Amino acid sequence: MIYADNAATTRMSDAAIHTMTALMKESWGNPSSLYAHGQNAREVLEKARGDVAAVIGAQPVEIYFTSGGSEADNQAIRSAAAIGAKNGKRHIVSTAFEHHAVLHTLNRLEKEGFEVTLLDVHENGIVTPDQVAAAIREDTCLVTIMYANNEIGTIQPIPEIGEICRKKKVLFHVDAVQAVGHIPVDVERDRIDLLSASAHKFHGPKGVGFLYARKGIRLTNLIEGGAQERGKRAGTENVPGIAAMAEALREAAADMTENAAHLTAMRDLLIAGLKEIPHGALNGDAGHRLPGNVNFCFEGIEGESLLLLLDDKGICASSGSACTSGSLDPSHVLLAIGRVHDVAHGSLRLSIGEEITEKEVEYIIQSVKEVVEYLRGFSPIWRDLMAGKKEFIL
Amino acid sequence: MALYSEKVMDHFRNPRNVGVIEDANGIGEVGNAKCGDIMKMYLKIKDGVVEDVKFETFGCGSAIASSSMATELIKGQPVEEVKKLTNKAVAEALDGLPAYKMHCSVLAEEAIQSALKDYQERTGEKILN
Repeated sequence: MIYADNAATTRMSDAAIHTMTALMKESWGNPSSLYAHGQNAREVLEKARGDVAAVIGAQPVEIYFTSGGSEADNQAIRSAAAIGAKNGKRHIVSTAFEHHAVLHTLNRLEKEGFEVTLLDVHENGIVTPDQVAAAIREDTCLVTIMYANNEIGTIQPIPEIGEICRKKKVLFHVDAVQAVGHIPVDVERDRIDLLSASAHKFHGPKGVGFLYARKGIRLTNLIEGGAQERGKRAGTENVPGIAAMAEALREAAADMTENAAHLTAMRDLLIAGLKEIPHGALNGDAGHRLPGNVNFCFEGIEGESLLLLLDDKGICASSGSACTSGSLDPSHVLLAIGRVHDVAHGSLRLSIGEEITEKEVEYIIQSVKEVVEYLRGFSPIWRDLMAGKKEFIL
Repeated sequence: MALYSEKVMDHFRNPRNVGVIEDANGIGEVGNAKCGDIMKMYLKIKDGVVEDVKFETFGCGSAIASSSMATELIKGQPVEEVKKLTNKAVAEALDGLPAYKMHCSVLAEEAIQSALKDYQERTGEKILN
């Protein structure tokens, strides 16, 4: 099996599994308990907090453990909105291709009286700092922009946007779920006030993530209860999961340069190979993208059938077609970069992992070529395109 | 549990009656690219019987499997029977489809109806109510 869906989730690293299982056996106490067995768990928890903070240039007290990226996104945005509302500021700036954890939270806030400006991300899938500067108003309380897009992998100019937000005194939240552990993220350098991350995107366990909130930012609770996480996130801490996340992140940070170099080389090889398929196109900027992300649209075919046939060839990938999204519309990300419905249905995302070899990349290219050609062979759209009855879009 | 039944996967992987009938006397095309599904049915009707049928489909796994199964169900059948084919029969023959994929079987039924209508218009033979 060639696993090329690392943007969906990653395999846990051996070290993270070892940390997690060992703690489940040995350090299962409640960190809030007074006796030594509980306090040992507390120590593990606080060490993990320190390790996570160090990787992103934060202080340990600025890290709040959550159930994952979605919860962190929800809490960050809700908190910034509450602070804004207190000061009579009810305007939020974001982009059209954020993750649904962000977009759906913003939708909800709109219903509660907030105004949201979603910036265009252009054909290359990148928002510019100038757009952000122009969109910020007197009543803007939050700018929330993802570090890197989860579908097309494009990396946003976060440090520049952070600079603008800091100058204009507007809170800046970054959904860094796809970035942390893969490209350098530093909340000080990048002037980030709130940041969300998820363990299972960097070889940690599922169901664990964290929210970074710069000191002094008052968080709004999503979950009420005990005084865990300094009273901002109730519920007994998932100590083994949190420690495994910290372990995975330490590893990812230590190997980042080496991993990124290998992945970038493999990614570019994959892009070059898939470009040979006629009437297809790379989605998103070729250079400013995550080291492991490849995303193409192929005209005349539908994404789900492509994925099923690739699965038969042992390749795990994903698509932004309607059939795979469970709705009638294809991916909002592809529509945001200007892909029309007809071609957005024929998208393929390959998010490769560090262990990928050149031979596997060649196998993927060959397989995609075969499957696209096969599906086009009995596609009525392709027939019309070839007969000149319809015009090619790509 | 897998998303699709064995039957769906079989018809998806090895679709029956794929292609074009050059001298078809009933052609139906339904769906649209915007929604991500297009089905095209070619019928060759002779003496009130669907002598041959072929299809072309742009769509997901269940759309391809539904087209394939529908062609199998109507091939060699009298038009009087063919016109009664329902999407439910197609879905049942495939051992079921996930609820949100039922529209694929509807598309197959509609493609056949559309091809029969085309045949009726070409020949003046009244077969549909």
